[in-house]
Amino acid sequence: MSNATVLVIDDEAQIRKLLSITLQSHDFNVVEASTAKEGLAIVVSHPPDLVLLDLGLPDRSGHDVLIHLREWYINPIIILSVQSSEEDIVKALDHGANDYLVKPFRTGELMARIRSAIRKGNPEESNSRIDFQDFEIDFASRTVKKNNMIVKLTATEYSLLALMVKNEGKVLTHHYLLNQIWGPSYKNESQYLRVFIAQLRKKIESDPNRPSHIVTESGVGYRFVAK
Amino acid sequence: MLLVTVSILAMFLDIVPVILAAFLSALFWDLLFIPPRFTFTVGTVEDRWLLLMYFVIALIHAVLTFKIRQMESEVRTKEEKARAIKFYNTVFNSLSHELRTPITTVIGATDNLLSDNAKISEADKRELLSEISIAAMRLNRQVENLLSMSRLESGVIQVKKDWVDVRELIYTTLKEFESNTTKYRVNISAPDTLPLFKLDFGLMEQVLHNLISNAIQHTAEGTDITIHADVLDEKLFLTVSDTGKGFPEAEKDKVFDKFYRVTGSRAGGTGLGLSIVRGFVEAHHGTISLRNLPLSGAEFAIEIPTETTYVNRLKNE
Repeated sequence: MSNATVLVIDDEAQIRKLLSITLQSHDFNVVEASTAKEGLAIVVSHPPDLVLLDLGLPDRSGHDVLIHLREWYINPIIILSVQSSEEDIVKALDHGANDYLVKPFRTGELMARIRSAIRKGNPEESNSRIDFQDFEIDFASRTVKKNNMIVKLTATEYSLLALMVKNEGKVLTHHYLLNQIWGPSYKNESQYLRVFIAQLRKKIESDPNRPSHIVTESGVGYRFVAK
Repeated sequence: MLLVTVSILAMFLDIVPVILAAFLSALFWDLLFIPPRFTFTVGTVEDRWLLLMYFVIALIHAVLTFKIRQMESEVRTKEEKARAIKFYNTVFNSLSHELRTPITTVIGATDNLLSDNAKISEADKRELLSEISIAAMRLNRQVENLLSMSRLESGVIQVKKDWVDVRELIYTTLKEFESNTTKYRVNISAPDTLPLFKLDFGLMEQVLHNLISNAIQHTAEGTDITIHADVLDEKLFLTVSDTGKGFPEAEKDKVFDKFYRVTGSRAGGTGLGLSIVRGFVEAHHGTISLRNLPLSGAEFAIEIPTETTYVNRLKNE
């Protein structure tokens, strides 16, 4: 991929500098904006490949900017937020943010989120079979194998796993998962999700007590990590 | 008798009503005891003197009682003030120590790295950088604790209950200790049949986190830490125990107090962790208690009444 351009919208000069240096050292082009107005203008004139948007901007609420951007901007948007307010994060994800990072974040985490978001933005290299170390999934035959043995999954378990694997690296909110797998009327029935996640972990994780693939994002949702 | 009434009044009333009471009691005395009785007229010169004397005595008595009371309360407020000042001094000392130590590390290490001192080896540079990283993490933890405490104090804490798989809660919390728990054996005992509980995942994560980190901080390496979860009568029972030295019996009740630190405890820690634990448990209408175990170690026991569901026992869809 030729160097992707990332737009950083954050009012703190220190954070912008940190992000610029980090991203440039990973071969990204970086454009900076310190206000919502400036950021929106740049997105209009030179649409970037990804936007890192701070929720606490001085001139306009980050949620507003997000909603406004999502009316026409389709590339990934990752939210930066200081308060670890889960409600805020869930709201931003519902408004079309692709992922989030809570300040302070680790550089490794930042790069993983950006890479995964950009990969998702690109057309799927429609792999029908993906091999993770502990298990493999075959979308064509709808089967999951662990140590070359077929793992018996119920239809719901398979749909849940397939949905998560297809969104690898991205956080999926409780509401989103419930809505996709069980339907809109189950949006608040989180007990099903808890139970099925526990069952899936037992079946695919090499140590269900230290899950490395299905990661809990507390108060927000779940994230599938390939590792 | 009248004098006693006046002094009793003086103990409770302000100065003006006290003087008034002295005056009234003099009138009353006149009315009852000075002939001709039941009139306010005073017959003889001696009786007038007597009345005046009585009034003066009553007045002095009243004013003195009032003054003594005033002085006593002044002493009390002074003592209270001194105690409060002492308390805040301890708090600020420990807080400023806890915040300044990592800040000092960061400033010192960066000064070193930014100077053109060629004598610093690459290995030392890495060492300094990792010290900065540790200091920043420590600062972050302290700030998080302070923020949690002020959330609790201001009463704005909202418990957002949702179905929680307590085993998932335990494993998610332990993940944050991954590098640390290799030095400790962490045992988890939670029956497979445990139902789901309605809890605030984020708050309970912090409760468990603080209890585990308390155990790690105050026990020697290699200590066993056991987390046990169970259900009885729609109540969640969660215990975190260790095989350390336990707590001094006399201080056991105080460990949940804000800023309280057990005498002789290791540096690091503001005395906020356990009071946050209690605050978050109480926000769930639960209780927490601490006991020393018969052989060795301490056990924190949490009890939270809450809804449960056994949806996990339904057959697979």
